Amino acid sequence: MKFPMSLYRSPQTRTGLILLTFVVVVALAAPLLAPFSPVNVDPSARLLPPLSRGLASSAQSGAPAVHAETALHLLGTDSVGRDVLSRLIYGSRLSLTVGFLAVLISAVFGSLVGSLSGYWGGWVEASSAWLIDVQLSFPFLLLAIFLLGALGGGTLAVVLVLALGTWVNYARIVRAQVLSIKNQGYVEAAHATGAGTLRILFVHILPNTLSPICVVGSFSMALAILTEAGLSFLGVGLDPSTPSWGTMLNDGRDYLLTAWWIATMPGIAIGVTVLGVTLFGEGLRELLDPRGLR
Amino acid sequence: MSASILDVEGLSISFGGPARRKQVVTDVSFKVERGEALGIVGESGSGKTLTMLSLLRLLPRGADARAVRASFDGRDLFSLTPAALHNVRGREIAVVFQDPLTALNPVLTIGRQITEVLRLHFRSSATDARRRAVELLTSVGIPDPPLRLRQYPHEFSGGMRQRVTIAMALAGEPRLLIADEPTTALDVTVQADIVTLIQRLQREKGLTVIWVTHDLALLARIADRVLVMYAGRVVEDAPAGKLFAAPKHPYARTLLGSIRQDAPKRNRAASSIPLTAADAGAAGCPFAPRCAEAREQCRNVSPVLKVYGGDTRAACWALDDGSTRGPGS
Amino acid sequence: MSTATALLTARGITVTYHRRRLLPLRERERPVQALRSVDLDILSGETLALVGESGSGKSTLARVLVRTISPSSGTVAFRGSDITSIGGSPLRTLRRHFQMVFQDPFSSLNPRLSVGSAIAEPLIVHGLARGPALRERVGECLKMVGLDSSVATRRPHEFSGGQRQRICIARAIACQPDFIVADEALSALDTSLQGQIIDLFQDLKERFALTYLFISHDLSVVRQISDRVAVMYLGQVVELAPTAELYASPKHPYTQALLAAVPVPDPVLERARVYTPLRGEPPSPANPPSGCPFHTRCPRAIERCRSEPPALRETAPGRLVACHLAD
Repeated sequence: MKFPMSLYRSPQTRTGLILLTFVVVVALAAPLLAPFSPVNVDPSARLLPPLSRGLASSAQSGAPAVHAETALHLLGTDSVGRDVLSRLIYGSRLSLTVGFLAVLISAVFGSLVGSLSGYWGGWVEASSAWLIDVQLSFPFLLLAIFLLGALGGGTLAVVLVLALGTWVNYARIVRAQVLSIKNQGYVEAAHATGAGTLRILFVHILPNTLSPICVVGSFSMALAILTEAGLSFLGVGLDPSTPSWGTMLNDGRDYLLTAWWIATMPGIAIGVTVLGVTLFGEGLRELLDPRGLR
Repeated sequence: MSASILDVEGLSISFGGPARRKQVVTDVSFKVERGEALGIVGESGSGKTLTMLSLLRLLPRGADARAVRASFDGRDLFSLTPAALHNVRGREIAVVFQDPLTALNPVLTIGRQITEVLRLHFRSSATDARRRAVELLTSVGIPDPPLRLRQYPHEFSGGMRQRVTIAMALAGEPRLLIADEPTTALDVTVQADIVTLIQRLQREKGLTVIWVTHDLALLARIADRVLVMYAGRVVEDAPAGKLFAAPKHPYARTLLGSIRQDAPKRNRAASSIPLTAADAGAAGCPFAPRCAEAREQCRNVSPVLKVYGGDTRAACWALDDGSTRGPGS
Repeated sequence: MSTATALLTARGITVTYHRRRLLPLRERERPVQALRSVDLDILSGETLALVGESGSGKSTLARVLVRTISPSSGTVAFRGSDITSIGGSPLRTLRRHFQMVFQDPFSSLNPRLSVGSAIAEPLIVHGLARGPALRERVGECLKMVGLDSSVATRRPHEFSGGQRQRICIARAIACQPDFIVADEALSALDTSLQGQIIDLFQDLKERFALTYLFISHDLSVVRQISDRVAVMYLGQVVELAPTAELYASPKHPYTQALLAAVPVPDPVLERARVYTPLRGEPPSPANPPSGCPFHTRCPRAIERCRSEPPALRETAPGRLVACHLAD
């Protein structure tokens, strides 16, 4: 698969790649980029609008509160004086991690279930179909709230709950793909040659299902980030002090009319990331799509 | 000349915009006499189906068809108004396609589909249309027509479905029937059945039939004259007897060689170069890469159709200088 | 001919498909018998053609012989040892000896894999070669089918139908099998290419002492390539004879009808032939006629044909016919 070159060809993929790379770099280089600590509260610098200067310095550890040089809060501060920009930067780590892990887990699990049920049929298919139906009949949010309450919140719990919400999509799509690919001549040929189930699945069937998995994957990641934000917004997700875009939205909720920047900035960040993921996913799909398969 | 019901000259079809023009049919000319059974044989990419579709202006968008002349019964097909064309399609010229499954609407009963043709072209009343539909089904050999009219296409077998499409084609009482690979998708015994049916109908109604097929042997049974097409051109046009006994064009000889049981086993087209979708409008004879008798001239200049013996046309440079191998070798 | 050893032996092969539903909504859930008690020997080194129309069960029989389908009853033996109920690893090892070439050269190759990978698959699966030796073997196979070894890195869509079929054949010979099933391998190809592929099959057979099972509905092709022909109708073998004898004097009415239906490329002969088409349509295996399955369309059916199914009997050395009238 000739990856790199073709990725640059379409402008939309390029844009997506740029956006995504930007966010990833920010996440990785967070300690270097963030001007302040994301968690330290500074009551004297509460609710400062963007581009304002705080009175104190970044007050790390136990340094005496001296009138040091004032530092610029590019995006302002939130209700307890934390720098919005720094929280945004550190928050990218969490959102990306959560989003990516959730997609990874749900994609792997869902594809596995989907491909096995599509390939084997029989009771495997029947039972997974039943499981999917049962899960789908529960409203996701209720399920999420219940589980998070039971698991007690935290990053891992959120990731698992998000994965739980989306694995079904992969399972269904992969199953449908496998059903149609299973009857292709080359699968029968491989079977007749003596290839085992594993080989047939991994060499012949799954690579041909990558295309729809990519589409679902990119949308899922976007959805995961938003859902995490939503869960945190509802207060059931991550710990409120953790710098995540969702918790920032939650914080900013009460100040939308007065300190609008607290919620708007993470909102923009989410939008940019989701856009990047979606565009990139589209491009990836087009790449993997059997264009050359005519 | 005046007996020709269809007279086509210089028909060319190309696809694509100005930048990517691709010629698929080049300078095709032929005549069909009234009541004649013309067979058009060619492989995939030969342009035989496109040629037929172009006569009824059924080509896909982006296709450009031009002809010096394309007259049906004295009228120019390419300059008909939409209303007049509508009248010709189905009513004067009818087509039977290869796959009866896709030619029939799966959600309408057979009765609906046949009577639709009748009501469209003859403005028949419902009762008249139904009666006529029963007659048509009987004429194509379908037992118990009243029951069958109420059924859906999936309730018929492949051969029966094709009979239904033939009945639909004949509903308009056409004078020319174009059968485009009508039996390719059917079993051998059913194929023979359908072929016999069409021949009988042809005799009974004085139809002119054009058979388009890739199966040359089939044409020995049904065709009076055979047109051989290759890469969008006519390469040979001869009465059936002459074509099978002594084909002139090397491609026709290759085709005949592959289907003759008595062909010596190793005497096949030696070249393994496939018939790629080469630009049919390119210079030179399209068969040159695969031709055992190709010479310099063949690669540079397209051969023109010449008349041999008064009733045969062939386009091959090797025929003129008499240095070609005879058909018996 | 009876001294030749049988490579594959099938006895009493029956394949029944049950349409299973979770909720039996309809009573008419009659099982479909794709094959009924078929006996067949495939002799070492021969090309046996299996001829029949849709519903005859020829593809099913081939798959039972190479064990990609399990028969509902009956036995299959390979070189004398019973392979009917083997499974898992021994079955996979056995597959090395059998290979198949399918009808559609377009879907028989994985569009994502290079043709070299496709050809290498049997070698990889059976652990026969690796690394440079593998590549070399793939190149050899390509050359043997008339393609240049440098094309191994290309993907299937870059080749024409005829070339793809050659690649499928290369894949079939890669692990040096004993037995190749060609299931309508020529049907999707243009007529002028069929001759070349037939020659290729013959060539490979001579070189590697292969045994072929050639499935086709095209009788004119079958005549050029096979030693013996088995004619099937509705899940049974109705006639089996050496090729020349079958074409010269077919004994079963269905064989006669089949041969009559095939056009001969000679207009004079064709016009002289009086052809009466078979009545009716090929019956569906889900609803087979009683007695002899062919009696509903047979021009010579007698009372006995309706009640008693004829057995496949040897009427002359090497000639088997299942017809009451042939006795």
